[in-house]
Amino acid sequence: MSRVSPLSQATLSFSRARHGLAPWARIAGLTVCALLTLGPVVWTVSTSLRTPAEAFDLPPQLIPSDPSTEAYRGVFGQIDVWLLALNSTLVTGLIAVGQMITAGLAGYAFARLEFRFKKSLFALVLATMMVPLQVTIVPVFLVLKSMSLTDTLLGLIIPAFPTAFGTFLMRQYFLGMPKDLGEAAMLDGAGPWRTFRSVYAPLAAPGLAIVGVLAFNYHWNEFFRPLILETSGQNYTLPLGLVSLQGNLGTGSVSVVLAGVVLSMIPAVAVFVVGQRPLREGITSAGVNR
Amino acid sequence: MTDTRTPPARAERPEAPPAKHAPRPSARDRGTRLLATLFLAPTILGIVVFTVVPIVGSVVLSLFHWNVIDSPRFAGGSNYGAVFGDETVLVSFRNTLVFMVLAVALQLLVALALALTLTGRMPGWLRSVFRSAFFFPLVLSAASISVVMKYLFNQDFGVINWLLGFVGIAPVPWLTSENAAMATVVLVYVWQQFGFSFLLFVGGLNNIPKEIHEAAALDGATGLRKHLSVTLPLLSPTLLVASVVGIINALQVFEQPYVLTNGGPGDSTRTVVMVIYETAFEQLRFGEASAVGVLLFVLIMAVTALQFRLSRRFVHYQ
Repeated sequence: MSRVSPLSQATLSFSRARHGLAPWARIAGLTVCALLTLGPVVWTVSTSLRTPAEAFDLPPQLIPSDPSTEAYRGVFGQIDVWLLALNSTLVTGLIAVGQMITAGLAGYAFARLEFRFKKSLFALVLATMMVPLQVTIVPVFLVLKSMSLTDTLLGLIIPAFPTAFGTFLMRQYFLGMPKDLGEAAMLDGAGPWRTFRSVYAPLAAPGLAIVGVLAFNYHWNEFFRPLILETSGQNYTLPLGLVSLQGNLGTGSVSVVLAGVVLSMIPAVAVFVVGQRPLREGITSAGVNR
Repeated sequence: MTDTRTPPARAERPEAPPAKHAPRPSARDRGTRLLATLFLAPTILGIVVFTVVPIVGSVVLSLFHWNVIDSPRFAGGSNYGAVFGDETVLVSFRNTLVFMVLAVALQLLVALALALTLTGRMPGWLRSVFRSAFFFPLVLSAASISVVMKYLFNQDFGVINWLLGFVGIAPVPWLTSENAAMATVVLVYVWQQFGFSFLLFVGGLNNIPKEIHEAAALDGATGLRKHLSVTLPLLSPTLLVASVVGIINALQVFEQPYVLTNGGPGDSTRTVVMVIYETAFEQLRFGEASAVGVLLFVLIMAVTALQFRLSRRFVHYQ
């Protein structure tokens, strides 16, 4: 099993670091890295609580000495935060629900139903996982234009319903469930629909949670498609609104923009806290199953 | 698209009712097939309309001149000729490749170092805190984070130059000099993305059986030596996945350069996807934009294929 060559014995004799780094050094190193990782986020929150006038003053403050909500009032005055949040919520929520439905159904069909061309259809689904949207965006835009869906929220929502990765994930999920359950139901006279509805579907919740959380995380933060599809301000989503807010930096203020960033982060952070486990599992399997 | 519904080729027909089954499909089989069709319809239809058709469409469009307003004119290969003669496009491919190499190398290195360090002995709660911290940036929006980073990297007022001032480093023109701008885009991208590789590595390391580590320890392998000769070979399948996904993602980079530098200064941070965006949606040259898209797609496929080929030599499966 072991791949260690006899040579390592020799190396050892002049290697003082027998057990790698000392525990305190490891933890100190990790702490520094964690601070570097979270630093920009902490700075964003604390600066959003400074008054617009002193937001860019140095030194930055970890905890604002004189916290002010002026920036938050400012951001509501400069952009229609409620409308942006509503658009983002609609788009993200409907996509997440839609993906759970399409992936749940298709995943079940691939895992538990017999039909013609099953293998080739599944291969088609897998193959599309390899195709980045950025590459096909021009024809996608034209397809949506021909359906009069450009500059509408539906134009963001509908194309995101089918999810190759979600389908793959749900197929694995259903394959992991015991086959006997379905066979027992069939023997009791349940048809294919009843078998799905009352036996397997109720067990699928954790898998669907992964699909939903991943969809939320991705589409809440999505920038490329909204930038291309949505041309009128009333259809902007939060990331688009925030970038355009920074665009008129001359009039705006750092803390106002950062207040907007903080507001837009709240749902993503909430999902991070509540759904960390499905999120982690989803991200990991997104890689491992490629 | 209709292929899926048409009866199978004649050759398959005689085999269609296998001897084991009842000669005629039962009501249940028909029910199963109906259910399968209904269950698959949204996904397959969606994939055909929004992925398969656009792939074919990209290739077709790349052979035409089209500005959406006038009717398309056949261009033959001239879009590709124009693309290869266009300095900006060539520079964008070079930038994207440079970005990919730097970003993926840094991302894998940081993620691997952190994941390995995290395997050391420490309280469980501390481990979870670190793990959460490292993947937190992944849940944020690349666009919003770039907005934040644009302030932090500001040459005159940014916190980063202010901090560097304490160790005697003169203000760095992070976003305004050609060389530094690419490095800044890489840093901002890696800051947000390394958590993905990190999670993969943590998972991969957890999958390595304890006995192997124990056997290695018995053989006298510890510390860095153990990692190099035992852990890394066992982790190589995960390394392959992390680098393949990392490369595919890096080749599509858009948000960070768009927000941080808008491709500048000059064209120094203009990436291929930025060129696709600008050519199609700012200059309305859909044919040329499609040609660039097709080339990027070919590049992604080629790099991935090359990687799998190389990996046959270096990846050890248990």
